[in-house]
Amino acid sequence: MSTPQLPWTTSAAILVRMLGIQGAWNYETMLGNGIAFAMEPALRRLPGGRGGEAYRAAITRHSGYFNAHPYLAALAVGALARAEFDGVPAAQIERFRAAAPGPLGSVGDRLIWAGWLPLCSSLALLGFGLGLAPAGVVLLFLVSYNLGHLGLRIWGLHVGWREGLRMAQALGHPVLRHGPPHVARATALVAGVALPVAAQAILGEGRVLLGGVLIAVTVGALLVTRLAGKFEGWRLAIYVLAAFILYSVVR
Amino acid sequence: MMPELVVDLLPFVPLALLGAVLGLDAVSFPQAMISRPIVAATLAGTMLGHPMRGLAIGVALEFFALEVMPFGASRYPEWGSASVVGGSLFALTADNTAAAMTVATLAALVTAQVGGLSMVALRRWNAMWARRQQVSIAQGSGNAVVGLQLAGVTADLVRGGILTFLALAVFEPLRIAVLATFSFPGTLSRAVVVSTASAVGLAAIWKVTSTTPGARWWLAGGLGLGFALAGGLG
Repeated sequence: MSTPQLPWTTSAAILVRMLGIQGAWNYETMLGNGIAFAMEPALRRLPGGRGGEAYRAAITRHSGYFNAHPYLAALAVGALARAEFDGVPAAQIERFRAAAPGPLGSVGDRLIWAGWLPLCSSLALLGFGLGLAPAGVVLLFLVSYNLGHLGLRIWGLHVGWREGLRMAQALGHPVLRHGPPHVARATALVAGVALPVAAQAILGEGRVLLGGVLIAVTVGALLVTRLAGKFEGWRLAIYVLAAFILYSVVR
Repeated sequence: MMPELVVDLLPFVPLALLGAVLGLDAVSFPQAMISRPIVAATLAGTMLGHPMRGLAIGVALEFFALEVMPFGASRYPEWGSASVVGGSLFALTADNTAAAMTVATLAALVTAQVGGLSMVALRRWNAMWARRQQVSIAQGSGNAVVGLQLAGVTADLVRGGILTFLALAVFEPLRIAVLATFSFPGTLSRAVVVSTASAVGLAAIWKVTSTTPGARWWLAGGLGLGFALAGGLG
């Protein structure tokens, strides 16, 4: 069966709405309303148009509970919109909606939050450490990160629409299956180089205390690692910095 | 002698607008990561005429942000508005002022924590608004769906703006008071921030790479290269 085409204005509207898919995120329906919001321009093209029976049934169906990584949710939006166009039975759509969130969440979390984001962040830190100007550092981060971010959303929407409810096969794409470990290794390497170089650059004249800083970093990193799951490092830092300031003021 | 602690709040308005936009980016729209500290603090510094100072504090905050993964329903700090606060407070201080980075970093971390709590409250309001629209949505109203989304985005924008404004209003007098009474040298104050941030950043990368076979060797290799490079640059 050939893939029906959506007008480019509709695809563009869906893509722009995808950027705000978490706008009404809540603890009850999570991404649910956002999924219906993103699909809505496509649903207007169902038989009967906006307000027609098919449109109203689809809006109700897709604004219920749904959870996924916000970028990979594009796969679901494309697939569900296509299913509505193909007249797939409601029960089958509901089964898909129940099964898709797990994989779409876990793959996205590993690939983006634990992979691509720290990699791009480390690249920018390295750029700073090597003396890149502020605009250069900001552009290096934003361009590299958003190449992946927007690329994933566009790819997801395209593949979801093309494959419909068979889009689960798309999760077997080599980038999604084998990408996270490669990205994690690249992140480890770049962050390893970036941390000392960037730290030295912000240290400025404080370099005279480099020995003490190295010991403090080692001890601190061990402590934060040991406390993992019980207390986050950034929260601990609030107490450390507040105590330091207080001691300096009252001593 | 105590310094003048009454501050003019008007200059905070454009910064609050920046905090609103960057706070919105964190989750609601468009998640392009302009809310990351390395971007947000630099933009705040640039607005005040000191992009390099904004970037410096942005780098320190970015180390902390490496630890936080915004997984689904987990609770996490909101870095966009917080970084505007940190970047502004640091940019408002003259170069080499002792404690400037310490105070700005602390203010940003506290704001990030409060920002995280405000996002939890917003998500509860979103749920409440969604319940109120339940009947319309059950009838297939596209307007109800779009309305909910726009209400959530608008509320998040307002949340970020108010948070940034209030944080600046609270922390600016505190910054002035601390800088006037701080008794440690500037080198030590900056070393404490860098040590704390680097420790958290290193632990974060260690955690991220812990589930990938061989990744820790890549980290060790990178650190070796980084120290060699830092030695050469220093």
